[in-house]
Amino acid sequence: MVPPILKQGTCLMILPQSALTDADWRKLQEEALERVGKHRARGVIVDVSALDVLDSFACRVLRSLAIAINMRGAKTVIVGIQPEVAFSMAQLGLTLRLGGIATALDLEEGLDLLRRGLSDARQGRFERFAAPGRVAIKEKRPDCERCADY
Amino acid sequence: MNGALITDEVNLKIASEADIVLARQQGRALAAKLGFNATEQALIATAISEVTRNIVQYAGQGTLKIEVESHEGVQAVVVIAQDNGPGIPDIARAMEDGYSTGGGLGLGLPGAKRLMNDFLICSETGKGTTVTMKKWKRS
Repeated sequence: MVPPILKQGTCLMILPQSALTDADWRKLQEEALERVGKHRARGVIVDVSALDVLDSFACRVLRSLAIAINMRGAKTVIVGIQPEVAFSMAQLGLTLRLGGIATALDLEEGLDLLRRGLSDARQGRFERFAAPGRVAIKEKRPDCERCADY
Repeated sequence: MNGALITDEVNLKIASEADIVLARQQGRALAAKLGFNATEQALIATAISEVTRNIVQYAGQGTLKIEVESHEGVQAVVVIAQDNGPGIPDIARAMEDGYSTGGGLGLGLPGAKRLMNDFLICSETGKGTTVTMKKWKRS
């Protein structure tokens, strides 16, 4: 089943609810790119928390989706990669190839990341946002406890 | 497999992309039934996804068997992916990270090997490919 794409402000949210076949992934990629233009979206969040497997094909799609969305002028954040899924991806050897894509713990963090990224972009500070090929934000946020780990 | 007790548990025909999802779900279910933890289940499901996708992509169709093996009280999930496709001309290269003739990331086979404990690949050009891989339950 091709997952629903919801609009939230200037963001699009893609929320797969069950396992996607390769055909679903391809369809999703097309639809997401089209919707970015239709809704003039500035950010796209893909919440993969309901997916129990992200194999090399799914990662390839996510990666090209993020790059293509970037070319359409919006940013992508992948959120909700489950711990065991993250471990499997690392074992598979996917870390480096996904490294350039912005990720966040969950929907809330993802929206926050986009919001901050977007407001910075308006001020002309694009570099803070994780572009493909660059590592994500490492700046310490004063209001965040987890940031102390950096 | 000496001294092993083998029971056929899952036997699937792999012919479409939907079968990839079905295969990994059944593999995960079997691993869960045997008491593999959530991480090991995900590793097994991901490895099954990679080898069954190879069947669909390169051979068009094939079979996937998932069996249970027991050795000195330790259980393993044994995954056998078999096809009669074109075979792999250069297995050494196919096992290298980043090498793909099908436009993928080239992580399928070497990645599946890392996800599992034992990995055996037999391929003959023009005849087909059989991948046998095992994941042992940590006791």
